[in-house]
Amino acid sequence: MSFFSTQAERPIKDVPGIVLILLAVTLALQIGWHATRPPRVARAEALPAPPPLETLQLFSIGDNIALAKMLMLWLQAFDNQPGISIPYKELDYQTVIAWLDEILALDARGQYPLFAASRLYSEVPDEARQRMMLEFVYRKFMEDPNRRWPALTHAVYMAKHRLEDLPLALRYAKALTDHVTAANVPYWVQQMQFWVLEDMGELEDARILLGGLVESGTIKDPHELMFLRQRLQQMESESGKKRTSQSVLDTQPPP
Amino acid sequence: MIKNKPFRHLVITIARFVVIEAVRNRLFGLMLIGVVGIFGLGEFAGGLAITETAEVQGSLVAFVMRLAAVFIISLLVITGVVREFNEKSIEMILALPAPRYVYYIGKLGGYLMLALIVAGVAGLPLFLYAGPGQVLLWSFSLFCELAIITALCFFFLFTLGQVTAALSAVAAFYLLARSMGSMQLISHSPILDTGTTAQEIMRTGLDLVAVLLPDLDVFTQTGWLVYGGGMQDLVPIVVQTVIYVGLLSAAALFDLYRRNF
Repeated sequence: MSFFSTQAERPIKDVPGIVLILLAVTLALQIGWHATRPPRVARAEALPAPPPLETLQLFSIGDNIALAKMLMLWLQAFDNQPGISIPYKELDYQTVIAWLDEILALDARGQYPLFAASRLYSEVPDEARQRMMLEFVYRKFMEDPNRRWPALTHAVYMAKHRLEDLPLALRYAKALTDHVTAANVPYWVQQMQFWVLEDMGELEDARILLGGLVESGTIKDPHELMFLRQRLQQMESESGKKRTSQSVLDTQPPP
Repeated sequence: MIKNKPFRHLVITIARFVVIEAVRNRLFGLMLIGVVGIFGLGEFAGGLAITETAEVQGSLVAFVMRLAAVFIISLLVITGVVREFNEKSIEMILALPAPRYVYYIGKLGGYLMLALIVAGVAGLPLFLYAGPGQVLLWSFSLFCELAIITALCFFFLFTLGQVTAALSAVAAFYLLARSMGSMQLISHSPILDTGTTAQEIMRTGLDLVAVLLPDLDVFTQTGWLVYGGGMQDLVPIVVQTVIYVGLLSAAALFDLYRRNF
């Protein structure tokens, strides 16, 4: 068993029988003891409030990022354990947000807390909690839009499809259009606002905004420009149809 | 176990010299400085707390004390025994007309005595933040934990034979044993259950490793200091300690008997 020893070992027969018996018995006892222990069951205890940020920084021993990552895993696994049927719904969301906020303060460049907020914690079947999480994502996005836009794009989706709150989705999408300025951000991020407006029936607004974007010259990719022009034409034709049908309705005499 | 009287004397002598060596190496001075430093850290953290100040201080001091105690004992055992290997004093002891287990029991006994002292001293500042029963429970559990670590150091030292390798192995083992419970819970209920073979292998592998590890995550719980604990918490800890120290001792003796000096 001596892995690093350069000296030849004595043969096993030199080991007294009592030692071998002790080894076998204690190994069997360890396995037996482990088998008799009750299975680990997560206790649904309340999530504690986070300590002050300064205390966490003290604990990190100068490595805030490592601590942030470990805290994030701990927080994520807090209720993701057997025996709890609806994990995240049981949590106090104010406390969860306080933890996410501190983890983000420890590692401001990290995407994990916002990812967890928009993709995990906002998936609970509770509208109030969903809205709290989405607002947290929005608030944190505004602090660093060019880095934190991915979480807000999912927030747009959540607001639009889960909450079915189009004005809220528009607010988030507008924030993406107005604040994300980095060149490496995909074009669809800034265009989310148009699709939300379109869904809201605000075709005219969407058309004007989209047209403005095409004319502004900020989009260089020919494929992207072609796609947007096609979309613009489609909107204009839909807008024209709507205007025509509206004018027909307006000109018809009342029955 | 040792019916032969001269062997008993030899065991006591070896154990006594372990304690004397620790005293000469300024172990108690180091512990005093450590206790004062960690106490200061607790007071500093208490100044930042806006509520539950005693609980925050107690938790922080207990957390750091526990790690410091494990670190000190590991270092003490590994460097002490390696020095004996290098200075060949172990060969002098083994040349005596006594079986090799006498040396092991003497050494283990001496270091367990030191572990008891370290656990007791580590608990001293906690009396400021928690009740005496809670602190005694915590300190005794720390002693059990240190007993396992001591036997573990012997095992890795006889197996690996080098300070760096043995200390790294002890640290890795300790971290694994303390986090195995959480790792198992996560592996049995992952966020992203891909159902792949790799995930299944990982889950089974963790379960198998867990069988061979002591449940160090139930030892020396800070929760006892903050929310209280009872004797019922101590029984599984004592049983686990007896079994695991026995297992590690048997494995260490196996290597010691096979070793050529």
